[in-house]
Amino acid sequence: MFARMLLLIVALCAALPAAALPPIQTWQTAAGSHVYFVETHDLPMLDVSVDFPAGSTFDTRAKSGVAGLTQQMLHLGAGGLSEDDIARKIADVGAELDGHFDLDRGGVSLRTLTSGEELAQALDVFSRVLQSPEFPAAVLEREKARLVAEIKEADTKPGSIAERNFNQLVYGDHPYALRASGEADTVPAVTRDDLIAFYRAHYAADRAVIALIGDLDRKQAEQIADRLTAQLPRSSDAPTQAPPVPPLAHAETRVIPHPATQAHVLIGAPGMKRGDPDYFSLYVGNYVLGGGGFVSRILTEVREKRGLAYSAYSYFMPMQQDGPFMIGLETRKDQTAEALAVARATLEKFVATGPTAQELKEAKQNIVDGFPLRFDSNRKILEYLDVIGFYHLPLTYIEDFPGNVGKVTLADIDDAFKRRVHPDRMVTVVVGPEPAALGAGGSAR
Amino acid sequence: MPSLCHICRLLSPLLLLAAALLQLPAAAAAGMSMTIEQHQLANGLRVIVKEDHRAPVVVSMVWYRVGSIDEENGTTGISHALEHMMFKGTRQVPAGEFSRLVAAAGGRENAFTDRDYTSFHQQLQKSRLPLAFRLEADRMQNLTLSPQEYAKEIRVVMEERRMRTDDQPEARVQESLMATAFTSSPYRVPVIGWMNDIQNMTVGDVRDWYRRWYAPNNAIIVVVGDVKAPEVFALAEKYFGAIKPKLLPERKPQEEPSQEGIRRVVVKAPAELPYLMMAWRTPWLHDLDKEWEPYALDVLSEILDGNEAARLNSTLVRNERIATSIGVSYDDTLRGPALFIVSGTPASGKTVADLEQGIRREIARIAADGISDEELKRVKAQLVASQVYQRDSMFFQALQIGSLASDGYPADGVDLILQKLRQVTAAQVQQVANKYFNDDGLTVATLDPQPLNGRRLAPPMEMDHVR
Repeated sequence: MFARMLLLIVALCAALPAAALPPIQTWQTAAGSHVYFVETHDLPMLDVSVDFPAGSTFDTRAKSGVAGLTQQMLHLGAGGLSEDDIARKIADVGAELDGHFDLDRGGVSLRTLTSGEELAQALDVFSRVLQSPEFPAAVLEREKARLVAEIKEADTKPGSIAERNFNQLVYGDHPYALRASGEADTVPAVTRDDLIAFYRAHYAADRAVIALIGDLDRKQAEQIADRLTAQLPRSSDAPTQAPPVPPLAHAETRVIPHPATQAHVLIGAPGMKRGDPDYFSLYVGNYVLGGGGFVSRILTEVREKRGLAYSAYSYFMPMQQDGPFMIGLETRKDQTAEALAVARATLEKFVATGPTAQELKEAKQNIVDGFPLRFDSNRKILEYLDVIGFYHLPLTYIEDFPGNVGKVTLADIDDAFKRRVHPDRMVTVVVGPEPAALGAGGSAR
Repeated sequence: MPSLCHICRLLSPLLLLAAALLQLPAAAAAGMSMTIEQHQLANGLRVIVKEDHRAPVVVSMVWYRVGSIDEENGTTGISHALEHMMFKGTRQVPAGEFSRLVAAAGGRENAFTDRDYTSFHQQLQKSRLPLAFRLEADRMQNLTLSPQEYAKEIRVVMEERRMRTDDQPEARVQESLMATAFTSSPYRVPVIGWMNDIQNMTVGDVRDWYRRWYAPNNAIIVVVGDVKAPEVFALAEKYFGAIKPKLLPERKPQEEPSQEGIRRVVVKAPAELPYLMMAWRTPWLHDLDKEWEPYALDVLSEILDGNEAARLNSTLVRNERIATSIGVSYDDTLRGPALFIVSGTPASGKTVADLEQGIRREIARIAADGISDEELKRVKAQLVASQVYQRDSMFFQALQIGSLASDGYPADGVDLILQKLRQVTAAQVQQVANKYFNDDGLTVATLDPQPLNGRRLAPPMEMDHVR
């Protein structure tokens, strides 16, 4: 659940008004990395993240899990420091080291105070983690064992089972189908050499995107960016993005029995990508459909009118290629057919007739008037810098955003949903009830 | 550790993040330099403002001092059910309108219920604060509580319970832990309530609860953001000033009797891995200035689990590989009795008994040999840093002020808490490790994992393909 809501944040990572956001400074380091920097002196702290095209899409089916383990092992032994040395040195100066990993990206981030001694020690450790990871064999064996245990545990949970099957059906042979964690029968085969090879191919300097925000001046930021990238692997010829995602040819429904009290229902298809020409129409439209919480149609129909679920939503998760469009809900098992029918009817009606003029007006008001809430902290701005840098969005993307939302018309949404969202060609995954118990509701309409 | 105390109206990324931050041991969460201004209206409503001018936004929260600690058997979960009904309309603002008005103003809103309080919040552009106050003042006194809306919403609450607890093996272990560790304190019941109580609750019960507890003299408003305190006070007077105070029900102490012996409970549920929770009865803060033991326990929790190099992770997860994960939770600012909880998942090939022994040994080591100056220094460095980091989130600052004030502590208590934590000595940490971690005050809850319906996962059934 937590993970899914985090995805939602990524999906919404788009909107910034120009007025209150400090300017973004960009440049390239000597090693060829792209830097995005916002200078702000309100708090004596720095947030910095470094991202690479090194997500799970670069895994192979046979060794699914190499990409994730590479990212996870970066801070478990590097530059002559053991994992405990790294953890202690970071904690001793009150810094925080985090990793991030998704379909497209792998990377690490650091939050630290900017006072001299603290900043120096935190950056020293961060720099080693990025540029000289050692992937100690004994630590890798332990992490693999932990990961396999976690995967097996996830495979007993209805929500995880639903997501995994959903991704398999939506993406088929495309690497977006691969689970970020890898599989219980692929992780054991991963070797230290696999990680070293993956690191060399995918963590190259000229592919790195560095985002910084905090209490630094330009010169300091330049020095830090150089220091974090000078020793990264040189450029490689590994791919930097996944192949295009083929559209679904037909509807498919998968029902998986589970002893839980609730059914987990997911409906969807490949959705859209970053920088998609239909981005704004689909984004604003989805606010009305299922992205706007209590004012969205899906939550209104499923929860507010019928009390069928606690959570019901839809989202687009734009990625390098078409990330998923997904509708999700959980409901008591014997209500599954009804909830599924309501969700599908809501989607069909929306695609057929689009939002009302009033709904569109209020969606725009929410998105445009709520802009300042999206960058009211350094942490949030850092995420935006990451997305802009990684997906090569224009720097004016932010200042243009309110205007682009404002320009969306009823006809744009109607047209985009009719072309891009096909209720008769969607994947449906239901985890919980026996297939027979679903009756008519279990068939793909 | 997964703590499910916060039960919110709808899972929101932001609130989850905030909830995750709240689960930090108090030691890590205590260090924000706080200049706040306070005012009390004639009807007893307290208004607390922290100005923060970093962005042109505002967080507005209304906290009611009522939660599951105030509930009675038969109607457990009623505070949370009422929280849900607070969105179901007044005479002037019909069901659904509250959310629509806030959304159309560019705002975000939600609510959550905890053991000690119920809290409602909006995040808005700063110019929209009057909207939040107008809507909150209205539903503080004019809630409709229609039987038709109630009949639908209570089903939503049941779905919420299924999702958060019934289908989550670790949540069920925690629920059993609390029900076993406490016998008379209302902390023994889950915030969301027992399913049978939810099923048998009526709209009349909820109306009584609303009439009893929702009053200006049982509420606290917290505003953090790009505002001026005197203007917020004037605004509060305008919207809330005319609401009449109520005679609040007497709160019986319901003190938990002392525990005289170890308690154990086992939960069976479909899962792959076992799970262990160990909870020791420990003191908590009644007076921020006069007591020291809770602060020493805070530091102990940090020594055990405050960072990746902390003792439990370093020893039990990394070096000895007894556990795949481990966590510590200790909350010392609350209205009811405190528990110091260590929870974890045994590594493959290890048992909950192995993990229990490992945890006992690590605490015994501190009781016998104490902690190093280096460890203590590390914890304090993190405290200092957290004081800065927390100022990056207005929402978190508002949560911290509101929860302290609602629990009866000074609203600006975080500065004192930080100061006290920094005074904790290694000897004090050793002393509390000796005093409180004995079996007489211990409750152990374990998950006994069961195969899914007595079989491994069934192969998926393909349904028809429709072109």
